[in-house]
Amino acid sequence: MIALFINGTKHELDVPADMPLLWAVRDIVGLTGTKFGCGQALCGACTMHMNGIAVRSCSVAVGDVAGQHITTVEGLAHEGLPHAIQTAWQAENVPQCGYCQPGQMMSAAALLAKTPKPTDAQIDDAMSGNICRCGMYPRIKAAIKRAAGVA
Amino acid sequence: MLATRSDFITLATAAGLTLGLPLGTAAEADAAEATPAPVSPAIWVQIAGESVTVVVNKAEMGQGVSTSLPMMVAEELDVPLAMVKTQFAPADPRYIDPAWGDIITGGSTSVPDMYPLLRRAGATMRAMLVAAAAQQWNVPAATLTTKAGVVLGPDGKTATYGSLAQAAAALPVPADVPLKPASEFTLIGTRAPRIDLPSKLDGTARFGLDVTLPGMLYASMERSPAIGGTPAHVDGSAARKIAGVKAVVTTSRGVAVVATSYWAALKGRKALHVTWNPGKTAHVSSASIQAQHDAALARPGFVQGTPVGDVAAAMTGAHKTLSATYHAPYLAHATMEPMNATASYTGAALEIWAPNQVPIQAQKAAAAIVGLPVAAVTVHSTFLGGGFGRRLEHDYVSDAVEVTKQLRRPVKLIWTREDDVQHDLYRSGSTNKLAGAIDAHGNIIALSHHVAATSVTARWAPQFIVKHQDSYAMEGASSTPYTFANFHTEWSPVETGIPVGYWRAPGANANTFATESFIDELAHAGGTDPVAARRRLLASNPRALAVLEAAVAAAHYGKPLPTGHAHGVAMVVWAGSIGAVIAEVSLPAKGVIKVHTLTVAADVGQPINRDGLEAQLQSGALFGLSSALYGKITFAGGAVQQGNFDTYRVLRMNEAPAIRTVVIPSTASPTGAGELATPPTPAAVNNALFALTGKRYRSMPLTDAIV
Repeated sequence: MIALFINGTKHELDVPADMPLLWAVRDIVGLTGTKFGCGQALCGACTMHMNGIAVRSCSVAVGDVAGQHITTVEGLAHEGLPHAIQTAWQAENVPQCGYCQPGQMMSAAALLAKTPKPTDAQIDDAMSGNICRCGMYPRIKAAIKRAAGVA
Repeated sequence: MLATRSDFITLATAAGLTLGLPLGTAAEADAAEATPAPVSPAIWVQIAGESVTVVVNKAEMGQGVSTSLPMMVAEELDVPLAMVKTQFAPADPRYIDPAWGDIITGGSTSVPDMYPLLRRAGATMRAMLVAAAAQQWNVPAATLTTKAGVVLGPDGKTATYGSLAQAAAALPVPADVPLKPASEFTLIGTRAPRIDLPSKLDGTARFGLDVTLPGMLYASMERSPAIGGTPAHVDGSAARKIAGVKAVVTTSRGVAVVATSYWAALKGRKALHVTWNPGKTAHVSSASIQAQHDAALARPGFVQGTPVGDVAAAMTGAHKTLSATYHAPYLAHATMEPMNATASYTGAALEIWAPNQVPIQAQKAAAAIVGLPVAAVTVHSTFLGGGFGRRLEHDYVSDAVEVTKQLRRPVKLIWTREDDVQHDLYRSGSTNKLAGAIDAHGNIIALSHHVAATSVTARWAPQFIVKHQDSYAMEGASSTPYTFANFHTEWSPVETGIPVGYWRAPGANANTFATESFIDELAHAGGTDPVAARRRLLASNPRALAVLEAAVAAAHYGKPLPTGHAHGVAMVVWAGSIGAVIAEVSLPAKGVIKVHTLTVAADVGQPINRDGLEAQLQSGALFGLSSALYGKITFAGGAVQQGNFDTYRVLRMNEAPAIRTVVIPSTASPTGAGELATPPTPAAVNNALFALTGKRYRSMPLTDAIV
């Protein structure tokens, strides 16, 4: 049994320790908001937070995060209130197909937690691991700036 | 989510009085197909209390159809978009797009095809609600108006649509209900928030990957490294020993490992020992394909359409002539959501959940695999994590069906990214031979363009090819916004055995790179500014000229740029729309192309969702830019040499330019927008590179070409 906290709730998972966190959360816990895109930490679709830090859950073994606090897109809102990133995403009408957006929002939320007023270069650094094939990068960047209150 | 037609009717019956309008019968739908009027509105829109549900018969793959199509209904029905919910149509002939005669999402046709029908559905239902109110109040219908889901009568009487729905349902469906003039639009043409937006912010939007069924197993399929190979010998004994693995299933295209989790399926797959029959293309390489293209171009191709003037004579007498050969590589689609499908076969029935652009075709193929009548196969549409043409195929649906057929259990089969890149149906590589002539004043007086590539349509819709006229393959070559005094195009289909499929703006995505780069060559050879040269060619096409001028104005073309920056321009006509792209580019470091800004101007007729339209222009431009800078699939020994996003490079945020969009105001019938900005973007960047360096690059990806 591997115990960890997902969106504030303790889960005890009977899974092999080498199962990626992504598949443990999707297939075993049943939270499917986090997406699979590459399996190699190359696209960012699977981004979750571990203790507030953005991680690529497709490449993190669940056995290595025992006892840690994991946040997924389902846990991004807090007590029924959307996260500032979600509000900004809504205001900028960011998603197209929307498949990469849980990962994009988790990366952006982790960025703002650490760097509340990011520069363009800091946004690029934090977000260039997240691919959007619909090409909504300009809207994503605008939404991050909106959430951060920077021009 | 709608299930089947019978479920739909059951739902209607169960909802009873509150649902209001009953569903149209299949006979009504047939009648509606035969003659345009009347539209049976209940097929498309249902009213229950305060909610209006619009059935969306197109795949939502990001392009915004699940907002733009309901807007058409809501405009004519006179309800605010906030009242509107959506359901995806099942694979049911009643929901066919009349122009396709099928449920198909492709070719930038959803908005233009559905615009007349869905507006009429909304207007017809509104007329029936008004007629019901008129009966109840015993007043002439002409004295009544509507606003925001309410019928307004004399003396301040009001009735909500929900309260009238049942009475309206009993009335005859009127024919020839007038539509609003564009001047009265309050919704069409505005910036509307996407109806699917909330679900795409909190993780609840259900994509194919997210379908979960009781007792469902997960599958991953090993395929022949060489395309088209089939399993020769399968040893699944080690795979079966992996914890969680339930079965090893050999199918027509590969060997699937089926397990209680996807991770166990992947581990089982790694433990497989499979040898492969090589298939017919095991000898194919990028070099062998290029040799086929070169050989094809050395012979006459099939002349497309009716040539204009006499290119050969014009070349002979011209002040100056040029010729050049351009290359575009094979490309994968690489949708963010890898191919997947979930299927559940019981022996008597088959149920499928799939992110797909052709549900009826998938349904028919699945029925053939399991040997059931089509009526026993239900196909549910989910959100698509990108499409770009890849999901106009249903190979990945058939994979899941083959596995559930053998196991008789629900199975979700998910491709890895490597499977997705290495077993796509690719954008064909293309070799384009062009020649042109200039007169003494620098006017472009002749253009010929000979294309060698593999036809998608010859496989996908062979009935569309008559007398070797392959209009999709020749988009961007035979189709042009310009008028040339002498114009001639030829098509040489090349059969390589490598599967090809439609890819955002098929044909045009490769051909426009060649055409618009070569127009630039001719302009420079004639000593004419590239925009000025295009203006001359657009003298008899004021609509296209207006698009060019809009782009020029928005990009400040011709005004000084920062040192080391240059502009390039390109145009396209696509799906009845006109697009122009101007790229501002620099070369900040060796081997690095920096695109600072893309200005996209478009005339797509009447915009529906203005914000969604701009998003599609942005999206189309960056999709084209990604391919122009990095996209490349190569073959050796019949196998694809790229795998994941480390080797099949796509555009990332730090490489993405700012995008300006300019939409030409129009109330003309809407035309396609989802692909428009893709074809001209690579040529615009390439033309900027020439302006910067004086060197003409003639092959993509440009990042390779400049080295």
